[in-house]
Amino acid sequence: MRVALFLTCVNDTLYPDTGRAVVKLLTRLGVEVDFPTAQTCCGQAHYTTGYRHEAEPLARHFGEVFGGYEAIVTPSGSCGAMVRELYPRMGERARAEGRGEALAAALAPVAARTYELTEFLVDVLGVTDVGACYPHTVTYHPTCHGLRGLGLGERPRRLLRAVRGLELVELPGAEECCGFGGTFAVKNADVSAAMGTDKVRNAASTGAEVLCAADNSCLMHLGGLMTRLRTGMRPVHIAEILASTEEEPAA
Amino acid sequence: MNSRERILGRVRRALADVPHDDTPYERAVDRGYLRAHGERSAEETVELLAENLADYRAVVHRCAADGLPSLIARLLARRGTRSVLVPPGLDADWLSATGAARVPDRAESTPHELDRVDSVVTGCAVAIAETGTIVLDGSPDQGRRRITLVPDHHVCVVRVPDQVVASVPLALERLDPARPLTWISGPSATSDIELDRVEGVHGPRTLEVVLVTGRADAGAAGRKDTGTAERPDGGRRAGG
Amino acid sequence: MSTTTTFVGMPASAPPAHPAFPQAAREAVRDARLRGTLRHATHTIRAKRAAAVAEVSDWAALREAGRQIKDHTLRHLDRYLVQVEQAVTAAGGTVHWAADAAEANRIVTDLVKATGESEVVKVKSMTTQEIGLNEALEAAGIRAYETDLAELIVQLAHDRPSHILVPAIHRNRGEIRDIFRSEMGEWGRPAPEGLTDEPAELAEAARLHLREKFLRARVGISGANFMVAETGTLVVVESEGNGRMCLTLPETLISVVGIEKVVPTWRDLEVFLQTLPRSSTAERMNPYTSLWTGTTNSATADGPREFHLVLLDNGRTDALADTVGRQALRCIRCSACLNVCPVYERAGGHAYGSVYPGPIGAILSPQLRGTASGIDASLPYASSLCGACYEVCPVAIDIPEVLVHLRERVVQGGEAVRQGNRVVLRPARGHAAERAAMRAARWALTRPGVLRAGQRLAARSRRFAPRTLPGPGRAWTDSRDLPPLPAEPFRDWWQRTRGGKDTAR
Repeated sequence: MRVALFLTCVNDTLYPDTGRAVVKLLTRLGVEVDFPTAQTCCGQAHYTTGYRHEAEPLARHFGEVFGGYEAIVTPSGSCGAMVRELYPRMGERARAEGRGEALAAALAPVAARTYELTEFLVDVLGVTDVGACYPHTVTYHPTCHGLRGLGLGERPRRLLRAVRGLELVELPGAEECCGFGGTFAVKNADVSAAMGTDKVRNAASTGAEVLCAADNSCLMHLGGLMTRLRTGMRPVHIAEILASTEEEPAA
Repeated sequence: MNSRERILGRVRRALADVPHDDTPYERAVDRGYLRAHGERSAEETVELLAENLADYRAVVHRCAADGLPSLIARLLARRGTRSVLVPPGLDADWLSATGAARVPDRAESTPHELDRVDSVVTGCAVAIAETGTIVLDGSPDQGRRRITLVPDHHVCVVRVPDQVVASVPLALERLDPARPLTWISGPSATSDIELDRVEGVHGPRTLEVVLVTGRADAGAAGRKDTGTAERPDGGRRAGG
Repeated sequence: MSTTTTFVGMPASAPPAHPAFPQAAREAVRDARLRGTLRHATHTIRAKRAAAVAEVSDWAALREAGRQIKDHTLRHLDRYLVQVEQAVTAAGGTVHWAADAAEANRIVTDLVKATGESEVVKVKSMTTQEIGLNEALEAAGIRAYETDLAELIVQLAHDRPSHILVPAIHRNRGEIRDIFRSEMGEWGRPAPEGLTDEPAELAEAARLHLREKFLRARVGISGANFMVAETGTLVVVESEGNGRMCLTLPETLISVVGIEKVVPTWRDLEVFLQTLPRSSTAERMNPYTSLWTGTTNSATADGPREFHLVLLDNGRTDALADTVGRQALRCIRCSACLNVCPVYERAGGHAYGSVYPGPIGAILSPQLRGTASGIDASLPYASSLCGACYEVCPVAIDIPEVLVHLRERVVQGGEAVRQGNRVVLRPARGHAAERAAMRAARWALTRPGVLRAGQRLAARSRRFAPRTLPGPGRAWTDSRDLPPLPAEPFRDWWQRTRGGKDTAR
C-alpha cells in the first residue's frame, strides 16, 4: 500500500523527528510512504482565525498535491480534522456564496482519503500492536480535534497499551482542552496559559515521565509550559513512541 | 408600520434563502426517541415512581384505599397540623380521620390567609415514574394552584397504578393544555449556591406523596380508623 | 472581583463600554478565589450532567429531535408567531410586539403603571436581563424585586449576573452570607441573626426575606422557557417555587419572551422537558414546572386575571438572517455549554460583557448586538474551539462553527443584517497587521520553495533564535518557552536521504 505523508507545516519545520518516526513506523508495517515535497500548509490557522478566503488557495494547493493518492496520513488530529471536516464546509460555503462547485469538487477527494495516524493504523492497517518498545511511564492527553472532531476514541490508548515496557497512567481531566487553540494561544494568552498550566499539573500529578499526544501543536504549548514550571516531564508525540523499538529506541 | 408588522417583515426577509417547504409538521421531525425507557410492569412502574420521588426528597407512603384516612390523619398529626386546606372536590373520606380544622379553597382567600394554614391535601392528575413527578391540573380534587404553593406541607395522593405513567411523553398525552398545570418533582430546591442542590426554598418544604392502591368502599373503612390515629409527635419537618 | 465595569445590556444603539475579552479575562484568571469558586461549581455540575444524560438511552435521538423542532420552527417563524398570538388572545391574554429593548421596556412600564402599582416581583428571566428592564422600571419609579435566589444575590450585591442558570455562580457561600447580612435590611426583612454560610440556612434566609414580597405582590413579571403555538401555552421551568409564586399569586402577569421561544405543538414539550432539566441542573426533572394558557376564567378562578405576553425581537431577526449564525436561536438556555467550557471556567462570566456569557454568549451577543464594539468583536475569539460545548448542547448548536463564522465577519466584514436592515460591515479595527501577516503567510505557503527557503534560514540561524519574541509573539513567550529549532526541516532530511532509504537515520 502506498500512502502520502501529510506531515503538516509545523512538524516539517519544528518537529522533523515526528516525521522520521512516522516514516519508520509505517515502513516497518509494510507501507510505502511518499512525502510529496510540494506540500505546505492545510490553512487551518487562516480558517479558524477568520481568514477563510486566505485559506482557500492553501486548500486548493493541498488538493492538487495530494489528489492522486489513495490514502493520506497525518500525525496531527487538528490538521486531519481541518481536511476532513472543514474542507467540505469550505466547499459548501463557496457554493452558498455563488462561486460554484469548483472548490467543493477539488477538495472532496482529499477530504475522503485523509486519516489521522492512529486511525490509519487501527482502522486501515488493522493493527494495535505495532511491535514497539518504549520502557517509560507515559500519560496520554487526547487532543480536542482528535477526540471530539475525528472521534479517535480509544485507538491511541489501545496502541500505547500494546507497546512493550510502556506503563500507561490515566491523566486526570484528560478530556479537557489544553488551551492551545491555535491563535487562541496568543490572542487569549492568559486564559490559554491558565488552561495549559492546569493540564501540565494534572500530567505531573500522575508521576509519568512522558506526556504523550497525537498532535505536536498542543505539545509545543504544553512543553513550553513544562520547562517554565520545571516539571521534569517531557512531551513526546505518539508516533515517536510507536516507532521506538528495542534495537532503535527513541530518546 | 407597527412593531408586529415590522417584526414579521424582518422574519420573512431573514428567511428569504429558505426554500419553500410544505411538509406537514407531523412528518417534519424525526421522533426516533423512545416513548418510555425500558419495559416495566405496572407494579414496577409504581416502584420506580416511589424510588425517584424519594431520590428528590419527597416522603413516600403506601397504603390500601381503606387505610388512607388513617394514614393522612397520622401524617397531619405527626406534623402538628392544626389547619388543612381542602380542595372543593376532595374525597370527603380522605380527611374523615383527622381532627385538623378544614379550610376550604376559596377564591377570596388572600395569600396571607393561605400562609397561616399548616398543610394541604390534594389528589393529582398524573404521576411520572421516570422523573419522580406529580402533575396537578387544577381539577376539583386538587384545587387552585396557590393552595399547594403557600402552605409549607403538601400531602398528595396518587391512585396507583391508574394515575401513574412511565414517562414525560406519556404524561403529556394525558394532560389538557387548557388547564393550569403544575409539575412537582420533590420539595422546592435550589442549585444557586455553588451549583449544589439544597431542598427547601419558597414552595412547600415538605412534600409527602401517598401511593394508594384499590378503591375504598363508601369510605366505611376510613371512618373505622379514626380512633387509631397516632398521637402527634411534634412538628417534624424535612428539608427546612 | 471588580464590579466597576459598565453593565452591558442589549440596547443595540450605544456601543458597550466594556474592555475586550482578553483584558477582562486577565483579571479573572489571576483571582484565585474566583477561580476556585468557578472550578468547584462547574466541575460539580459537569459530573452530574453526564450522569443524568447517561440515564436516558435515547439521548442522541432526543437531541436530534430538539434540533429539528427548533430548526423547523425558525424556518417558519412568522407562521408560528401569528399562531401563538391567536391562541394566547383566544385564551384571554393580550399580545404585544416589541422590536427592541426600548420598546419592550416601554410596553412593560406602561402596563405596570396602568395597574397603579409601584413594585413588581420577578421570576428569573434572561430576556428581561437582556433588555435592562429593572433599570427601566426603576427610572419610572417602579421597584422590581428579583426572587430567584441567585438573582437576589446579584441584586442585593449591586452586581452583574455571570451565568445563565446561576447568575451568582461567581459568589461562594461565605460571600453570599456577607451580602445577605449587609444588604437584606435595605430591601426588606433583614437576614436572621447569626446567619452562617450553610447553604440550607442561606436558602431559609431568602425564603423569609422574599415571603412578604410574594404575599403582597399585585404584579408579576416573567420570561418563559417555551410557548406552544397550537395551544397558546407558556411554560416556566424552575426549582425554588419563586416562579410559581410570581405566576399564580399576582393579579397581573406580564411575560417577556424572545420570539425564538415558540414551539409548534404541545407534543414538542415531550422532548424539551426531558432534555432541559438534565442539561441544566442535571436533574431528571426540575422541582417545579408551570404551564398556563391565557388567563384565569370564572370557572377556575386560578391565577392572574390579566395576562400580557410581550414578544421580543431585539436582534433576533438579525441573527435569523445569518444562514450560519441562525442556529444560535435554537438555544434553550440550559447553560450546559458554560459549565463544560474551559475558557468560561477560568475567565468567569463577567469577562463576556453580556448577560449571555460562555460559549453561547460568545455567539449570541455579537449577533444580537453586532460586532462594532471592542467586546463584541473579541467574543468570537474567546474560545480554543475545543468543541466541548457542541458535544453537550441539547439542541446541537455547532458553537465552534458559528464562532469561526463570526471571526470571519470581524476580520473580513461583509454583508449582515442590523436592526432589520441589510448592511455591509467593514472589517473591525485592530486586525490590519494580522490580516497582512495572514496574507503573507498564504503567499509563502502556496509556494513550497519559499517555505523551504524560510525553513532553511531558520535552521541555519537557530543558534541566534531568541528566547522571547517581539510583538504579538510575546504573548506566547511570556508564559511558555519556544521549542528548539531543529538542525534541518523534515523535507531536507527526506530529500537528502530519499525518505531514510540512504541512511538508517
